Amino acid sequence: MFSTRNFNRSKPVLFILILFPSLLWAYQFVTGNLGVNPIEKLMDELGLMALRLIIITLMITTLSNIKPLKSIVVLRRMIGLFAFYYVCLHFSTYIVLDHFLDMQFIIQDIIKRPFITFGFISFLFLIPLASTSTNNMIKRLGFKLWKKIHYLIYPVAILACMHFYVLVRADKTEPVIYMGIIILLLLHRIFKRLTRPQLAQ
Amino acid sequence: MKILGSEITPYKTYLNRRKFIKGSLASTMLATVTSSAFANHDSDLSIYTKNINENDKLNSYEEITTYNNFYEFGTHKKHPHLNSGNFKPRPWTIKIDGLVKKPQTFDLEKILSNVTIEDRVYRLRCVEAWSMVIPWQGFQLSELIKMAEPLSSAKYVQFVTVFRPEEMPGQQKRTIIWPYREGLRMDEAMNPLTILATGLYGHEMPNQNGAPIRLVVPWKYGFKSIKSIVEIRFLDTQPETSWETLAPWEYGFYANVNPNVNHPRWSQGTERRIGEFKRRETLMFNGYEEEVAHLYKDLDLTKFY
Repeated sequence: MFSTRNFNRSKPVLFILILFPSLLWAYQFVTGNLGVNPIEKLMDELGLMALRLIIITLMITTLSNIKPLKSIVVLRRMIGLFAFYYVCLHFSTYIVLDHFLDMQFIIQDIIKRPFITFGFISFLFLIPLASTSTNNMIKRLGFKLWKKIHYLIYPVAILACMHFYVLVRADKTEPVIYMGIIILLLLHRIFKRLTRPQLAQ
Repeated sequence: MKILGSEITPYKTYLNRRKFIKGSLASTMLATVTSSAFANHDSDLSIYTKNINENDKLNSYEEITTYNNFYEFGTHKKHPHLNSGNFKPRPWTIKIDGLVKKPQTFDLEKILSNVTIEDRVYRLRCVEAWSMVIPWQGFQLSELIKMAEPLSSAKYVQFVTVFRPEEMPGQQKRTIIWPYREGLRMDEAMNPLTILATGLYGHEMPNQNGAPIRLVVPWKYGFKSIKSIVEIRFLDTQPETSWETLAPWEYGFYANVNPNVNHPRWSQGTERRIGEFKRRETLMFNGYEEEVAHLYKDLDLTKFY
């Protein structure tokens, strides 16, 4: 049995572990060690990290159904906010480094290219999630409404995954694996919902 | 944009340079036993740079050999460099068949003894919107076509890459339908810009760049420039090509570099030149408009992309 205290204690370590890649890539970018096409590499790494963190937040909810891991849910907020952090870095790399703030082009790109559209909507949906992540906000909104808002994580995860899937030219194994995990996690939630009323009786 | 005629190096100059490269290579190799092979090229750069357009700068040997699309060795840009160590580019033969006087198999050495190896510094524009400037060594495809003696009914040329899954780990997975295939219209194949390249920066062609012999068609997206060729077929109908078969709505047979016809998933209007920070405008036919635009004067390039 892991207590809330156990998980809370792991937070500083996790914080540094999850933050570290972004610092490393920034350092490698500045010193010219991110390979031959550093902007592309930076954007890919940041985006992939964000997608993985989004999937981890979904996994945490599922894992918290297992009795000994019930308290793991205390880690969810931090990891969710880190996902948002990486999405922001990913998006600003695209805007600033890839397209040099050419807003006319970027807007066209977002409208015309489905994979950019998916990614952009996913980013937009993450904003209300990140901005309502404090205890204070949960109180102000009431848990029910807050929870409703946070259902947005499902379209966020699916869109982010599609964004990745469409981008890949030939070997789609990795995005398919991620999509599979997301679908399994969603099915588990649906199953739980369907069986809950019976348990209550 | 004007392309300098001097981008194409005459053969005589090539031979002289070749001697110089060999000499300087030997000495730098002795001096830097442990350092990477990339270092050798810096001293030789002037040999190639005087032949390029003022807006272009040669990419380094390291850039050209560590950032490749060659799915036979894996789909990541680093994979060809990392996974091509076991590939054996010699001995090598090329099978010539289809509509030719006599189908035959040429030994690569025999082909090389019959052709003129020249330097060609070309821009390479990938369909993924990045580009490089590469100093190739090779010979005009037209020379090999003359040796092959195609019949007058031959209107297209098809190329096939080697299939060796044990040496090319990417082929163990069906990411695309192996072997890789490409094709050109006969007049495109005979165009003086179209070469079969056997080296770059004065080296034998590195495995990750398509050893021992590959096509280079500088006005088309990079995927047309098929690597490690083992078969050339002459046909009277347009051949199937790998990317077009995989996703016909995205990749066409012609695949001419064209900033006005976008790939459905991204714009082709600009490109990132490897080594540069800001994107550049993509040029019509990759800047070779003068040499090749006439080939397509009757073709609707938005339909035949």
